[in-house]
Amino acid sequence: MMLARVRDRWPYLIAVVLLLLLVLVPFKWFLGQYTGLMVFIGINTMVTVGLCLLLGYTGQVSLGQAAFYGLGAYFSAVLSKTHGINPWLAMLTGAVATGAFAYIIGYLIFRLKGNYLAMATLGLGIIMYILFRELSQFTGGPDGMAGIPPLSIAGFTFNTNFKRYFLVWFFCLAILLLSQNIVRSRTGRALRAIHGSEAAAESLGINVDQFKVKVFVMSAVYASLAGSLFAHHVGHVSPSSFTFLASVEVVVMAVVGGLASIWGAIFGTATVRILSDELLLQFGEWDIIIFGLLLMLVMIFTPQGLFVWLRERWERWRLRLAQGGTGT
Amino acid sequence: MTADQFVQYLVSGVTNGSIYALVGLGFTIIYAVTSIINFAQGEFVMLGGMISFVIFDSLGFPLAASCILAILIGTAVGAALYLLAVRPARKASVVSLIIITIGASIFLRGIAGELWGVDAVRPPFFTGDKSLHFLGAYIHPQAIWIMGVTIVTTLILHLFLTQTMMGKALRAAAINRTAAGLVGIDTRMMALISFILAAALGAIGGVVMAPLTLTSYNIGAMLGLKGFVAASIGGFRSPIAAVIGGFILGIVESLAVGIDWGPFTSAYKDVIALIVLLAVLLIRSGRLAAEERLG
Repeated sequence: MMLARVRDRWPYLIAVVLLLLLVLVPFKWFLGQYTGLMVFIGINTMVTVGLCLLLGYTGQVSLGQAAFYGLGAYFSAVLSKTHGINPWLAMLTGAVATGAFAYIIGYLIFRLKGNYLAMATLGLGIIMYILFRELSQFTGGPDGMAGIPPLSIAGFTFNTNFKRYFLVWFFCLAILLLSQNIVRSRTGRALRAIHGSEAAAESLGINVDQFKVKVFVMSAVYASLAGSLFAHHVGHVSPSSFTFLASVEVVVMAVVGGLASIWGAIFGTATVRILSDELLLQFGEWDIIIFGLLLMLVMIFTPQGLFVWLRERWERWRLRLAQGGTGT
Repeated sequence: MTADQFVQYLVSGVTNGSIYALVGLGFTIIYAVTSIINFAQGEFVMLGGMISFVIFDSLGFPLAASCILAILIGTAVGAALYLLAVRPARKASVVSLIIITIGASIFLRGIAGELWGVDAVRPPFFTGDKSLHFLGAYIHPQAIWIMGVTIVTTLILHLFLTQTMMGKALRAAAINRTAAGLVGIDTRMMALISFILAAALGAIGGVVMAPLTLTSYNIGAMLGLKGFVAASIGGFRSPIAAVIGGFILGIVESLAVGIDWGPFTSAYKDVIALIVLLAVLLIRSGRLAAEERLG
């Protein structure tokens, strides 16, 4: 009895411990040297979780999320730097405009499925990349723009990594909780129904096209917010952050995180970020080659995602331990 | 634009379009037989061009031998891609297969950059560079090679698919995999053959285009995309349609850049192909969805 109750509380206990660790990370005596890396993990997770909703729950692929990420970043950069608008307002404008753009695009392309949807979103992503690069009168061309002001609240400026760490993770956790609630709601069940069978979902009265577009818009807004945070964090944007490879990275993060798992998004994002920003650098110029190789290996051997694969291993191990304990 | 200029743009459009056609043929064959979009398709063009240059330049082989060896090596890489990366993951989802072939393309590009450097290289022209005069336009002899090789390759492929037992088996597997399996066709072997054919087509394109357009480790991604556009114009079913799609795309691109009006400057050349892609996908969306349902 006692044991069962403790086990029920486990998830909460783990959540509290993890949250505590997350708060402690940026302090010098703990993992302070990784604050910068953790800020990027937070920003990227926001993009990843949007794709998890779209790809993992609804079953619709997008190979162009970097376009929305870039739109957010450039809206923030251009409005706050060139036009001197308040960064928060710039961020909000970017999110609304990107959402509207995604609505129009989504309305057009969700007639496509599978491989064709992948190619259409890929095309969109590359078009946006070329526009970022070529519309140099607005975007600063291939070199991008520097000197983007940081965010601030009532005189308190987020001007250090330490301060921005809390800002970014506040946004990231808010989005994760929001997504968690969506997934558990009527909308979430509708999305999973669409993933299972569009015809069946339709026959149950779910407006399939409308839900697809909604989730697409939501993923775009997440990415746009993340892009704005990125711009105000780094203070500099250039097209090279929003290439096709950046979109692929988002897909990989979502897949490694197990796709249909909101919290797996953090795991997937952290794995890819740590791998490509820290571990692979040991290999010098070979980093991109090993990245490609790992991409293939992970997909071949754990097609359901590394996170899910590890969780299954863990449960099996626990089961075996429990059986061993009772002597059966 | 004068009539002479028009012909000139037409010629360069057909030349570029030939390469798109060869890449598009590869996409079409693999997709028809396996329902896989091979994102590494453009890398075979890169491999063909780079390997032919390396063998000629560093090993000092005769040009013809270098070209043939490059095509053979590129083809072998295609077979390896299927056997080592695609076949072990056959039951994977569409997204997994997309990531696997993207991983393969990143891997191949990285290896090429590491082994042969990141500079653009130019193998020698096959038959000099004395341009021919044709209807007021100049045609480079290498451009004639590119167009000629594309047409001959397409014809050989057509004969292979219609006249040989293996080609007919391949077409059967493309039309209906289950039924083909029932009459004793080894569909896994057909999938391997489709990858081999696609790699060979890409490498052939890379070998003939490299002397004219130069080649470097990173040309694969964009060429792959253009080839995909060609295949999508052709509807992914018929090889001949993919070739025509390649020519159409090449000509549209070339004329749009030639008009040089408003946004249609050469900086946006790649955008034109992508807009054609989106337009074609959306116009055909109904039919494509039906095809995907049927498998």
